[in-house]
This record gives sequence, structure tokens and C-alpha cells, in this order.
Amino acid sequence: MSRYLTANTMRTLLPALSLAAILAAIFYLQPRTMSYFGLNLLLNLAVPIALATIAQMFILCVNDLDLSLGAFVSLTACITATWLYDTPVLGVLALAGCVLAYAALGALIHLRNLPSIVVTLGMSFVWVGIAVLILPTPGGKAPEWIRALMTLKPALIPFPIIAVVVIAIVVHFGLMKSAAGVVLRGAGGNPLSVERAGWSLLKVKVTMYAISGFFGVLSGMALVGLTTSADANIAERYTLLSIAGAILGGSEFVGGRVSPIGAVIGAVTLLLTGSFLSFLRLNPDWQIGAQGAILILVLAMRMLINRSDKRS
Amino acid sequence: MNFTKVTVAGAALACLLSSVAVPAFADTADKKIALSNNYAGNSWRQAMLTSWETVAGKASADGVVAAADAFTTAENQVTEQAAQIQNLILQGYDAIVINAASPEGLNGAVKEACDAGLVVVSFDGIVTEPCAWRIAVDFHQMGKIQVEYLAERLPDGGNLLEIRGLAGVFVDDEISGGIHEGVAENAKFSIEGSVHGDWAQDVAQKAVAGILPSLSDIKGVVTQGGDGYGASQAFKAAGRDMPIIVMGNRHDELSWWKEQKDANGYETMSVSIAPGVSTLAFWVAQQILDGKDVPKDLTVPFLSITQDTLEASLETTQAGGVANVEYSQEEAQGVIAGAM
Repeated sequence: MSRYLTANTMRTLLPALSLAAILAAIFYLQPRTMSYFGLNLLLNLAVPIALATIAQMFILCVNDLDLSLGAFVSLTACITATWLYDTPVLGVLALAGCVLAYAALGALIHLRNLPSIVVTLGMSFVWVGIAVLILPTPGGKAPEWIRALMTLKPALIPFPIIAVVVIAIVVHFGLMKSAAGVVLRGAGGNPLSVERAGWSLLKVKVTMYAISGFFGVLSGMALVGLTTSADANIAERYTLLSIAGAILGGSEFVGGRVSPIGAVIGAVTLLLTGSFLSFLRLNPDWQIGAQGAILILVLAMRMLINRSDKRS
Repeated sequence: MNFTKVTVAGAALACLLSSVAVPAFADTADKKIALSNNYAGNSWRQAMLTSWETVAGKASADGVVAAADAFTTAENQVTEQAAQIQNLILQGYDAIVINAASPEGLNGAVKEACDAGLVVVSFDGIVTEPCAWRIAVDFHQMGKIQVEYLAERLPDGGNLLEIRGLAGVFVDDEISGGIHEGVAENAKFSIEGSVHGDWAQDVAQKAVAGILPSLSDIKGVVTQGGDGYGASQAFKAAGRDMPIIVMGNRHDELSWWKEQKDANGYETMSVSIAPGVSTLAFWVAQQILDGKDVPKDLTVPFLSITQDTLEASLETTQAGGVANVEYSQEEAQGVIAGAM
């Protein structure tokens, strides 16, 4: 290892390199994508996935795992397409209620010392249930302003790129650079020392779950802005996508070790993998497997880097 | 600028001349059509894809169109199919034929396709976006005629068991809505129980076996297709009297019906949509690309099999397949002309 290319920088660069590799492959396979119009189409579904991945990352940060995120995003999408459209006040209240519910979940998990996997898995059925009650059959309408925002066509740079960059930077500065962020991350990495230093772990967990819920709400709203309507299972895949995206982007299951920029890059990479495989004309039956293989490949490379880190 | 005008006029003239001089399909020889399909996990969808391969594949080999490729999403999810449609736009297709995961959820992606100048034709699972064409099936009616048939067969009425499809899919709601409307009009019937069979024999068999002990005498079973055989096996295993089970044109259902008909004169009916509707959608897309005027809403008749046509239908249905009708270009033109 050269002095300039330490394991740490390699680890940080890995997600970006995977993204660059897949993007280059897509440009090669389908030159049409290399335009404003092409990038817009290629990436616009990345915005809700990136938001969901950030939401998952906040949970990973406190050493928990959220298995209800897909169902939660579906629910917020249903609320956005119905109440927020018909009666905005009720819609805003309901969405705020969703964030509060997430905060309460954080408190419950901390106070009763419950495994987050079990609680969130249980809650996923609750979210789907409420979503079906709100929107029994697919439908609803996207509020005009969300639709307008999601189909914005700014000059030069396509909106999805601006959106994911803004998301990554805002969260990066909030979580990685601010004083409060250090405490929040520390609580995941080393809860004991943070508690001894006088911080309330309960407050930390509640805050992290609330932020996660907030990004979940944003994800649902962004999704409806793109699809123009919702159904109760619309974001079912987001649970796994968000976990895979966050891990791909350099987060780890041990808590405290997260990377917002990496998470966003991971989410975009996962989405592009799907496009890449479809441009390859790969049989769809193989696509999920191939997506998994790419994920394993990137993680294996990270393992190699970690190992060389220890050896040197 | 004058030069451009002349070329445009020339091109227009050439178009006009060519459409007069040669058969109708010559203009689409350089057009590419894609099929975007959300699900391939049952015999109906497999037959639908095979029909597409047979008819659209031949059309592209014959040079009627440049390409006619089928794409199926790995998971039956709106978000995936939306991404797939966006990818198809980028791959430069001129038309996309869609069997949609959701009537509304794909509207954003469909709008993107229309704005990019693509022709979008939806069938079976249709989309509501106004810029797309719709080849719809009257699923509501498909549910209702089952009850009407049973009303003829069972003058005294009785208890019915309803087997539904995949929960949350609008086709399921439509057929079920038709069944319930039929029951409301025929007071002698009441629906004793309702299970979800997911349009698959094994799921239906398990679901029916689970609910049977709690049900009293069942006279008829109303279904959505792909679940009749499973239901019959559940009734048989429970040692119950065999009710009139409405079938759904699947090969296993038809051959079981034939077996029973030969053994004890069992009578029923069978109704479903011919999976070959994908080929109708293909020709409709081709006709639109060819510059033909096609109404935005077309209706496709469903395919019923009666006691008398059973043998003939069974003969032409492949093992593991569904009774089918594939459309030719002329037949598709007929459907379009009928809707004008």
C-alpha cells in the first residue's frame, strides 16, 4: 500500500468507484443515456431510494436495523396521494404523526431493550395494514407541487442529480460534521462512553428514529411525485434496497460507522445495476441474482481492503 | 429554411405515396416494439409470453417491424416496472406494449414515454394515463356471467364459495365486484366464504382446504381462473360433494373437467381471457406506428368454453397452458374497425 492510498481512503473511494464503473458500462451499452434526457430517466427513481437509504442509515447508525422501512414508505406514499392531496392540513398532520410514531418506536426499543429487528418486522405489518385502510385499491393523486418538483427540468444538470447531491451533502454536514452529529454517531459506536459523558441514550435513539421517519416520509412523497399515484405495496422492495444501499455505501452493521455520501452513492449504484442488467438483455429471472452477485463482489472487495489494513 | 420545407414536404409526399403503393406494414419496418410485463409466474402469463414470441417474433423476422422484444420485471413491483419502462425509452423503442402492475402507479413513467414520442399500448393490466391506448377486458362482466350461469343451473340457489385472485390487484377487485353484483341480483345465492387463490392451483387448493371445514353445503364455486382445479382437489380430499366449479380455461382444469364429464356427466363452464391478447396489443401498436387512426379504448372479448366446446378447446390447448386465441394483423384491424 502506498502512503497516499491507505485502506481508509480506499474504503471511502470504493462506493464511488463502483458507481463510476457501472455508469461507464451503461454509457458504453446505451450511449443514449449520456444526455440530459437520458440521465433524467435513468436516475429519477433514485431520489426516493436515496431518501429511504438515508433513513435506513440513521437506524444502522444506532446499531439497529429497520425491516419496516418499505412498508413505512408505502404508507407515507398512500397518505401523500390521498390526504395530503385532498385535505393538505390533515395530510401534514398524518405525516407528522408518522414521524412521531417512529420516534416512539425508538423510545420503545430503547426503554424495553427490545431487538429492533423484531419490533420493526412487527411494525411492517401495521404500516401495510394502515396503508391498505387508507388506500384499499391503487390510486390517489400526487399533490401538484410535489409533481412539479419531481418533474423539474433545471438548465444543464438534471434534477435527480441535483436532488441526490443535495441530500448527500445536507446529511453529511448534519451527521458527520456537526457537534450533535458526533454524539449521535458515538451513541451507536460506543453507547457506554456516550452515556458516561452525560448524554441521554434515550434522547439519541428517539432523535435518530425521528430523523429516520422524516426521511421515510420524504421518500414516500418523492415516490408519489414520480408515479403520480400510490398503492399499499408500492415501496415493498425499499426495505432490502435501503439496507443493501447503505451497506454498499460503506455503512456497517456495528453501529456508528456510516457514510451519508456513500449511502446515496450505494442507492444510485443499486438502481443503476438494474438498468445495466436490463440493457444487457439479461433474462429477468437472473437479474435479482446478478444484483446480489454485484453486491457480494463490492463487499468482498471491502473485506480485502479491511484485511490489508490489518496486515500493514 | 426553404430547403427544410422542401425536404419535409418531400418526405410527407413520399410517405403518402408509399402508403398507397405498398401493403400497410411497410412503414413500420424500422420500428421497434417492446413488451413490458410485470409478472410471469403463472401459466396464463407464460402463455401470454409464448403468444407474443410466436406472433411478434414472426412479425419481426418477416420484417414487419425491426424488433419485438419482451421484458419481464423480476418482481411484480410498480417501482421496478416504472424503471423498466424508463429503460425501454432509453433503449430507443418506438412503442411499448404494457401489461401493468398497477393502473395508476405507472402513469408517471408512461407520461415520460409519451413525452418522448413513444406509442404506449396497455392491455390486460391497463394504465389510466390518457396518452396511452387501452385494450381492456370487461373483468366485471367476467365475474357476473359466472353467477348468471350458476343461476341457470341451480334454480333453487344455494351457498357459493368465492376464490379470489391476488389481493390488491385491480383485476381481482373487478372480477370480485362482478361476482358480488351478480349475487346481489340473484337473492337465492349467498357467498358463504371467500379465499384468495392467487390465480394458482396450489395456493387455491390450500386456501380452499383451509376454509372447507367451516362451511356448510357448497353448491357452486365462483373463481377467477387458475384456481378451479386446485379447488376441485380440495373438495375431493375433504370427501365433500363436488359443487359446480367454474373453470378458467387452464389445461389442468379442462382435462379434469373432461375426465369428470366422461365419468359422471359433470357439467360446468369455463371463462378467462385468452393470453393471446398480447398479440392483439402488438398489432394495435404496429397499426398506430403505421399511422392508422386507432381509438384510445378498445375492448377485447373473453373466451368462454361450454360443455359442447370442451373437447375442441382441450385439443388445441397445450399441457400446462391456457386455451388461447392468437390474433393476426387482419383480425386486429377488425377489432380496431369494430371500435371506431
